[in-house]
Amino acid sequence: MASIMAAKVRAKRVAELIASGKRLDGREPNDYREIQIESGLIERAEGSARVRLGKTEVLVGVKIEIGAPFPDTPNEGVLTVNAELVPLASPTFEPGPPDENSIELARVVDRGIRESKVIATDDLVIEQGKKVFVVFVDVYVLNHDGNLIDASALAALAALLNTKMFNYEVKDGEIKIKSGYKPLPINNHPIAVTFAKINDKLVVDPWLEEEQVMEARLTMTIEKDGKVCAMQKGGYGVFTTQQVLEAGKIAQQKAVELRKLIVKE
Amino acid sequence: MPIFHEKRQLVTPGDLLAENDYINGENTYKENGKIYATRVGLFDHDDKRIFVVALKSFYIPMVGDTVIGKVLEVTLGGWIVNIRAPYVAMLRASDALERPVRPQRDDLPALFDVGDMMIAKIVACDRTRDPLLTVLERGLGKVIRGQTIEITPTKIPRVIGKKGSMVTTIKNETGCQIIIGQNGRIVISGKTPEDERLAIMAIRVIEQEAHTTGLTDRVTEMLRKEKGEKSNKEVTESVPKET
Amino acid sequence: MSQKKPEKLIDENDIRYDGRKLNELRPVKIEVGILSNADGSAYIEQGKNRILAGVYGPREIHPRHQALPDRAALRCRYHMAPFSVQERKSPAPSRRELEISKVMREALEPSVFTEYYPRTAIDLFVEVLQADGGTRCAGITVASLALADAGIPMRDLVSACAAGKVEGRLVLDMNDAEDKYSDGADMPIAYMPNLNAVTLLQMDGMLTAEEFEQALNIGVEGCKQISQIQKEALRAKYVTVKEAAPEKEEEADKEAKE
Repeated sequence: MASIMAAKVRAKRVAELIASGKRLDGREPNDYREIQIESGLIERAEGSARVRLGKTEVLVGVKIEIGAPFPDTPNEGVLTVNAELVPLASPTFEPGPPDENSIELARVVDRGIRESKVIATDDLVIEQGKKVFVVFVDVYVLNHDGNLIDASALAALAALLNTKMFNYEVKDGEIKIKSGYKPLPINNHPIAVTFAKINDKLVVDPWLEEEQVMEARLTMTIEKDGKVCAMQKGGYGVFTTQQVLEAGKIAQQKAVELRKLIVKE
Repeated sequence: MPIFHEKRQLVTPGDLLAENDYINGENTYKENGKIYATRVGLFDHDDKRIFVVALKSFYIPMVGDTVIGKVLEVTLGGWIVNIRAPYVAMLRASDALERPVRPQRDDLPALFDVGDMMIAKIVACDRTRDPLLTVLERGLGKVIRGQTIEITPTKIPRVIGKKGSMVTTIKNETGCQIIIGQNGRIVISGKTPEDERLAIMAIRVIEQEAHTTGLTDRVTEMLRKEKGEKSNKEVTESVPKET
Repeated sequence: MSQKKPEKLIDENDIRYDGRKLNELRPVKIEVGILSNADGSAYIEQGKNRILAGVYGPREIHPRHQALPDRAALRCRYHMAPFSVQERKSPAPSRRELEISKVMREALEPSVFTEYYPRTAIDLFVEVLQADGGTRCAGITVASLALADAGIPMRDLVSACAAGKVEGRLVLDMNDAEDKYSDGADMPIAYMPNLNAVTLLQMDGMLTAEEFEQALNIGVEGCKQISQIQKEALRAKYVTVKEAAPEKEEEADKEAKE
């Protein structure tokens, strides 16, 4: 993410502590910050959710519209994910078209949802080749205190789980909205788990100060059966293959824990 | 004390060159006791040092270097000069004028205009500032005649030769004035364009064959052949740079 | 020219529809130093991919505010030519190209000694002239060579290759059809072989934990193969220099070093 240069002394402190297995905010290397999830706050959206991950705050709204399918997939609905790093969320976010960071964020969240087939896109077809439902997932970052990816992915999933589609019928080639709603059918619950590498150690859920000193970041998205459905390495540093595999194992555990917060069995 | 390559073997960035007791010299780096190459080049070493003779690199400004620069911009306080380096250099008006500049009255472009070439010396340069130039010493100043050519900076020592032997040879054989910039630019000024052409040709040959031996003799041969039996009596004045 | 989906991407003998074995790279051809203006350049043909990389720098950085006080700013642009794909692609940078530009930069940055050149820019341009799957990996492979060709000091070359799953089997270096039509997984990896360092890692698709580990290993092996090809390409460019230098080379060096 665009960096606010942390004071060198502070950055050193963060890094030194991590070398001895501790984090400046008292967490263990594998601990997430406190998570609060609230759904359904935006009435006008078909679905919405807000996640607070520590002080990071992300709001996701889902809108469903009727549109034409893509020409090469006439029998599938459309899913599109967009992210906005709104300027009030951080002194480093500037108004303007999406920059590489917001694009990366959107695409990583998108991959998690799409590859794990959260939504069965053939469920979204109204009239083959002509009319389908288009699901817009808009990620709105309200406060940036680190780990936007995990917070956004969590909020996106919660928002989709919260999404209602209006009932409709097709009469004489016209779509007529009927009363009532039904929930959007959700088939998977992918969870993104992000690691930061600092001083050759991996810590989970980096907060802003850790992100400012980290060498590299690795996100793994795990779906409900434990399969990996998305990965993204970021940052100017490197990981050894051992570190990648170690992250994989930890991600599996954390995904199970985080999923429980959203999906009540 | 293992070494993993033979002398003059071509190595590429990241190649492991040696372990432990050696010092890493130019174009190498050391990590965890191992020395690796940082550039493509020919491996070499002596008793203590491991280094790579890079096949291609660019000029990094150093204090004390004589450079040949091209004016990019005239500003209120002086000139911004291209010295074929990752950084542009600055020549302060106060340096060229030998007194503080008077912005309303001094005509800076008259001294050096955009596109002019100059011979200058680097007086200051560090990680936080662009190099600073001076033209105050003897032999420095605007280039008013002749041609400028560019060669790879790593070949400059070869063009100069041992104690200036190579450049003196070319000067003697062609009658040209030759000023060599450490940044890979050379000014050649001869009595006729033909003389200059000969000198340029010699320099190009040196650039191509820098790694061979007996070059001075070969260049002398070649120049004499090219110009036939022309004898040369001029004594040329120049600023030789001793390496 | 249109592309039809092949009947089966992999047959019963584990041979892929283009004749390759599961762990086989597409044929690779690389040339270094082919552009005269760029400080460094390289070109790759990998299967049907045709990708060109050029480097300018280290050079003065514009706009000034992008300068970093303690190192060079590595800037990377991955771009696909409009005629590079089946359906003409608009020249405007797409979101995909912007993301790839970012991850490519992050894949190459660990290899460059940017700290040697504060306040400058090293500008990398990767142009995909023809695309057939795995372009970001081929792009990284050739960009790394362009950096070496420019004489920019590096810790190691970066080699890249994608592993994945096609029709249930783990494979190396998928082409566009294998990536598009299979319902498996695509995992691009970039790697610095001398330092055992992964500099790019992405994945989309679905892999079990075991498959993921296997795919990672297959991909890293593929990167090591690419690394050999890269070194050969660098050597080929400079072999003429060495041939011209017969005996008494130490003397020549000593003479020059005065």
